Formats: sequence, structure tokens, C-alpha cells
Amino acid sequence: MSFSRLAIRPIVAASGSRRLATSAVVVKHKLPDLPYDYAALEPSISAKIMELHHSKHHQTYVNSLNEAEEKYAAALHAGDVTAQIALQPALKFHGGGHLNHSLFWENLAPKSSGGGTPPGGALAKAIDATWGDYGAFKKVVNASLAGIQGSGWSWLVKDKETGQLQVITLPNQDPVTGKYVPLLGIDAWEHAYYLQYQNRKAEYFGAIWDVINWKAAEGRFKV
Amino acid sequence: MASTHKYTLPALPYAYDALEPYISHQIMTLHHDKHHQAYVNNLNAATASHVQALEKSDVQAQIALQQAIKFNGGGHINHSLFWANLAPASSPSAKTEAAPKLMDALAEKYGSYEKFQDEFNAVLLGLQGSGWGWLVKKKSGELDIVATKVHTFEAMIVMMREDANGLQDQDPVVGAQPVFGVDMWEHAYYIQYFNDKASYVTGIWNVINWEESERRFLEQVGQLKL
Repeated sequence: MSFSRLAIRPIVAASGSRRLATSAVVVKHKLPDLPYDYAALEPSISAKIMELHHSKHHQTYVNSLNEAEEKYAAALHAGDVTAQIALQPALKFHGGGHLNHSLFWENLAPKSSGGGTPPGGALAKAIDATWGDYGAFKKVVNASLAGIQGSGWSWLVKDKETGQLQVITLPNQDPVTGKYVPLLGIDAWEHAYYLQYQNRKAEYFGAIWDVINWKAAEGRFKV
Repeated sequence: MASTHKYTLPALPYAYDALEPYISHQIMTLHHDKHHQAYVNNLNAATASHVQALEKSDVQAQIALQQAIKFNGGGHINHSLFWANLAPASSPSAKTEAAPKLMDALAEKYGSYEKFQDEFNAVLLGLQGSGWGWLVKKKSGELDIVATKVHTFEAMIVMMREDANGLQDQDPVVGAQPVFGVDMWEHAYYIQYFNDKASYVTGIWNVINWEESERRFLEQVGQLKL
């Protein structure tokens, strides 16, 4: 995001109390609505997990991102490079958390809305060409998920330069950036499965395929 | 083939429900019997493979095994230290009076025990993703709080922390003595506290084993037996 897109102006809080004139505001991010009910992904993902994951975890990333961006805008305004660099980890972590979860909710769908239906069209062809077939592809993703040491995500991505598909893992909330377009992400943080699966994370990685929304991935693949 | 040392899961020095209400019986059972056991099993598998790689003079294979050994070995070391630096809240070990010299050193370094707690809590809550917070005694004798990502206590990858000047400190601490550690992986608290990790952090101060921490601070514990 370029500096020019940040709207720099003094904040006047809703109460009318004035903040420091050096403060600045940027467009606030908002928690997106889930496109289905919290219970809609059961039995693969429990309603309790979905509710906490969306209304607590994702909300916290949104709040903390807004806070970090506000501080960042002030640092930009003040020409304070040290403060900008110090804010980088927070921006990456909470910004990544917001991006990743926003993509993730769209990547999922109840079975009644096509969740779990294997990919079709050009994406299916590309998956077959890359890994042989859908089953082999799922094994590759599951192996990548199982190999994550600590909190992180696995992604099916498209390389913008070559058009090739690839499975990558990223730690913590690092978002997919650069030459890769994220098509499908699977959250391997413990908060994504622990209440239901505890240490049996392989069961979660097996069950999530029943609620994958390949239509969303196909749409991202076309762009 | 040469035999290799088999690591074993250490028994908990207290009952699974002994840390309640701060850490639930269910968490302790899963954490010890499942998570720690898995680190031990995977460490044994990795070290056995390393023996084979050595025998074949396969350097690539040895290097490829480093990550598994660091991760699972770190998991085994960290959890072994962790169980021993916790104690039931009602026990004399869980009273700060059990660590008179360490308390003096904390007051000298941080101003007071409460200020130290505030700083430690901030490090724990500032971890982005899975990791640990540790109070360590550096080779210089100075106390420090470090956060480590994943299971890399030995490498002591110190996360970026702001110092008083707002600069980032990424200097690794090498060879520091762990005094006590707090596990901030979600599996350490999630089924009891959910996203409210601040309450887990607040609660755990009631079950820190200060007697063990004093021994480690005074370097009376020797090398960790694994």
C-alpha cells in the first residue's frame, strides 16, 4: 500500500475529545461476516471452534492491525523511520492474520453448498498435471501440514511468473506475497482444531477436505 | 549398527490435577502423555536415522535431519525443564520465599518482583505464534527475559524486542542457563482458556516452582538429564 492511499488527518474521537494532531487515521479494517453459520462446517470443524476462531481470533487480528496501521501512519507522517521499522512485525503478524483468515473462510463451505466437491475446470487440470490426481495432491498438502513445526499455514499457490501450481507452508501469520497468488489456505494453528481434535491434528487435516470450497480456489486461479 | 541413546518421557513430579485450577488435569494429561511423548518418539527416530547417516558418511542426510533433531530435541528439553519448574500452588516450592537469592537479583534488575512479572508477561503475550518465554541467567551472570520461537531453546533465537531506544535486539544469547520457562504454544492452555491467553499467563505465576528456579539460578542443578 502506498503512502498516498493513507488519509492523514487529525483524529477526533466519537466522544469529541481531541487526540494529538500528529495522529492520523487510515481506513479501518472490519471483520468480514462468515458466509455460513458457525455450525455449518460440522462435523469437520465444530461450531465452537468456528465461533472462537472468527469472532475472537480473527477479530483480534483486525483490531490489532487497525492499531498498528494507525501508529504506522503517524510514524510516516512524522518521518520516524525507527518507529516504522519497529512496527513491521506487528503489521506483518496482524495484517497477515487478517488476510489469511479472510481467505480461509471463503475457502470453506458446508457440504450443502458444495463443500468437499473436488475441483473442476482448469484448476483441476492443473492439479492433475502437477501431482497426477486429486488424491495425490491432497497427500502432498497433508504432508506439508503435518510438517509445520509450530503455528503456520499450508497454501496451494499459483506462481504468477510461470503459472505453475505449488504447495508451500508459511510460519505464524506470514501471508502469501510476492510472486505467489494464494488459491487455497489451510490453517494449522492449534486454535484451528485443538478443541475438537487435541493432539490428533492428522484427523483435522483429513476431515477438512470435506468442507473445502473449490469454487473459491477456482475463482482465484482464473485471475 | 551402533546403538543410540534412547530418550524417555520423564514422569511428572506431581499428579496431573496438581496444578489446578491454573492448569487443568486434561491439559496436563494431553500435554505430557501426548505432546511430550511425541517429541521423545520423534527425537529417538531422528537420532537413530542420524546414526545411520553417520555410518554411511552421508552428510546430506545428516544436515537434512538437523531440523527434526532441533525441533523434537528442543521439545523434549523444553518440556522437561517446564514440568520441573512448575509446582502445585499449595506447595512451599511455589512460594517466592523459596528463591531468596533469585528474588534479590530480580529486584535489582527489574526494580521489583511485580515489575519483573509485568515485563515477563509482556514478552509472553507478545509472542507471535507458538513459542516460549524464559527467564535466563546469562554467562555474565545477568538475568534476562527471552522469547524463543517454536522449540529452539538451545539456539536461543531471541525474538525482536524493543529496547529503551525503540531499537530491535536480535542478538542471540548463547549458553544461557534457563531459570524457568513458560510454554506459550496454544496446546498449553487452549482447552481451558481458549483465546484468553492473558488469563493463562496471569494464573501460571501461582504454580511457578521457585525452589527449582533458585537451584537453576545458583547453578546447583547440573546438566539436564534427558
